[in-house]
Amino acid sequence: MNFNELLKESLEEYNALVAGETPVILIGSATCGKSAGALEVSATFKEELEEQNVLSEVIEVGCIGLCYLEPIVTIIKKGMPAIFYGDVTSKLAKQLVRRYIVGDDPMGDYALGTFGENGVEGIPKLYDIPVMKPQIRRILRNCGFIDPNNIKHYIAMDGYSGLKSALQMKPEEVIDKVKLSGLRGRGGAGFPTWMKWKFCIDSGEEEKYLICNADEGDPGAFMNRSLLESDPHSVLEGIVIAAYAIGAKEGYIYCRAEYPLALERLKHAILEMKRFGFLGQDIMGSGFNFNIKIKEGAGAFVCGEETALIASIEGKRGMPRTRPPFPTTSGLWGKPTVINNVETMASVSLIMQAGHSRFIEHGTEDSKGTKTFSLVGNVKNTGLIEVPLGTTLRKVIEEIGGGIIDDGNFKAVQIGGPSGGCLPDSFLDTQIDYDSLTMAGAIMGSGGLVVMDQSSCMVDVAHYFLEFIQNESCGKCVPCRLGTKQMLDILTDITEGKGKTGDVDLLLELAEGVKDGSLCGLGQTSPNPVLTTIRFFKDEYDAHINERRCPALLCKELINYQIIQDKCEGCMICLKSCPVGAISGIKKELHSIDKDKCIKCGTCIELCSGKYNAIEPISKY
Amino acid sequence: MSKSLNEILANFCGDKSEIIPILQDIQSNIGYLPEEAIIEVSKFTRVPESEIYGVATFYTQFRFLPVGKKHIMVCKGTACHVKGAPQIIEGIERHLGIKEGEVTFDLEYSLESVGCLGCCALAPCAMINEEVESNLTLRDVKRIFSRMKRDSNGEDC
Repeated sequence: MNFNELLKESLEEYNALVAGETPVILIGSATCGKSAGALEVSATFKEELEEQNVLSEVIEVGCIGLCYLEPIVTIIKKGMPAIFYGDVTSKLAKQLVRRYIVGDDPMGDYALGTFGENGVEGIPKLYDIPVMKPQIRRILRNCGFIDPNNIKHYIAMDGYSGLKSALQMKPEEVIDKVKLSGLRGRGGAGFPTWMKWKFCIDSGEEEKYLICNADEGDPGAFMNRSLLESDPHSVLEGIVIAAYAIGAKEGYIYCRAEYPLALERLKHAILEMKRFGFLGQDIMGSGFNFNIKIKEGAGAFVCGEETALIASIEGKRGMPRTRPPFPTTSGLWGKPTVINNVETMASVSLIMQAGHSRFIEHGTEDSKGTKTFSLVGNVKNTGLIEVPLGTTLRKVIEEIGGGIIDDGNFKAVQIGGPSGGCLPDSFLDTQIDYDSLTMAGAIMGSGGLVVMDQSSCMVDVAHYFLEFIQNESCGKCVPCRLGTKQMLDILTDITEGKGKTGDVDLLLELAEGVKDGSLCGLGQTSPNPVLTTIRFFKDEYDAHINERRCPALLCKELINYQIIQDKCEGCMICLKSCPVGAISGIKKELHSIDKDKCIKCGTCIELCSGKYNAIEPISKY
Repeated sequence: MSKSLNEILANFCGDKSEIIPILQDIQSNIGYLPEEAIIEVSKFTRVPESEIYGVATFYTQFRFLPVGKKHIMVCKGTACHVKGAPQIIEGIERHLGIKEGEVTFDLEYSLESVGCLGCCALAPCAMINEEVESNLTLRDVKRIFSRMKRDSNGEDC
């Protein structure tokens, strides 16, 4: 079957599904959906459909990114736009079958929004709701709309048309197109993608490799996972295009083992690609041969660094080596190798499908296109978002994120993972693009945005990242291995109230040493979280060191728990649940906490909050 | 055990680049990497045992002791940390009476923390075998473990 026939068949199949007589129920079943109960909801739908004796397709799709509303269900009925429902419980699932699938009531009170030409009175359009409105979803265009396990859905959405046109061009023309799009690597450093490809070609060697880096190790980032789970073909198409452009015959996807669902979807997608001639010998009749192997990471953050990743694929300890030579000259098995991030590959598919001119419609002069971010932490609307580069942090946090939970106050946003930094409110109007963030002392990184409110202690955050780096340092360079250990020890002292005058200066001095004396990006950037917190939140360091006080009331050694007299009703719930028996009192009378016994585990505060709010942390000193 | 080890090795050709996939395969079948497995992989790939051991200890995925029937991986990602993961880990430790990296005496549960599970929007979270539990509170910890205890008691009957 040639591509046009396949496209026709795919379109017919997809249209028959979404515009057919049988209603379709799409269930968001990426990892976040599943953990929120999507599989139970899916089972309830199936049972209730059987009970009501109605025919309906139930399809498990990926994630539209509104993770805080999972499980999300979309119902498509003939003559109606697709209607999205959030926080779907088994109870609501049953009602939806009875009232909307069997009946005609779309249950507008429970609907999030509609998608499609016609609207439904009382339900907003999905892209008009505040969390979606500022977003431009290009990379994530198919996520949550198509069955990730069905290649024909992807083809019906223009999928593989990019590969088709690429294969009709010369490799240099493909590179030119990517050059015109201004695409910069989405893994963090922002190196122009076309240039990396060109360097690889210029090596002049026959044997070359392409690696897709899906070792999304930054804690607090899950864009790649979500994309691979929801629309794996968009990444795979980009990989084949890139391989064609550089002339690689063999490629690897290096994916974290912590992402079992993404791996499963990738394996299935690769089989489908082979079946339909998008992979293997003579791809789409072009004479181009290419194969992809999946390599499962084994849990090492440093393997996100390209030379470490290569060592890992070769079966060695994932330790970085000096560059140059860069992998584009000497990479896997000593051959020229291009390593591109998952989102970079999906961007390449987009550029080849829709044309570079559509890609550059969004973004800034030096940072073109849109970018996905995982917006998490203490914001109301957590999830996977996509915005044009150049969007301000304020817009992302306040409009898309809906502001801080419990109407709290914004304190900082951590951007760029362990290599990035924490920016305070004075930077909220900073544009999110490669250069503005670097100037602010953070980095774009792969796209994790962790928002923190007054409950986060910035010294503790710095401590957290250094502990992470300490665990993940490969140990090759002494400044990284031991310098971060010294820094961590100092930070531990500070959080425990044992900080000394001069500690901050010593941290700064050590940070310089670690930066200058480490070989790879992990070591060189590891002091960033410490440097930015010292730069922007010096007062918190001073409070810990000079007054032995944690302003966020988080550092355990510096706080006590106390019961607020006026609020305690003597309900005995905390008393019974305290794991160390530190609370005493009798029914309906004020309880008290024995400070020497209390381990500040948080159990009592959790139980009392929302009821009497009668327990609070207070400063010890 | 050695038979299943041979079966596993039969799927590979013995190239050095296969060391990590071989070790992964062994661990997913046996649950951990016993000493004899390291010796066998060394013979099979003709790479010294010390080097195999060096590779295996480099990656956090590999274990050298068996895990519990229910292996709990608590996420220590940034979002989880901000949302109280340290308290959750302590809560689980208290509940099971073991520390991070340990296995309960009856081999029922084992506990470790991981860098990030990628479920950050629903933090804090943990993975129990392959199921992710999200938006965890200390109350949930209690509830989840009582449920699992009930379920496994049911199995025994």
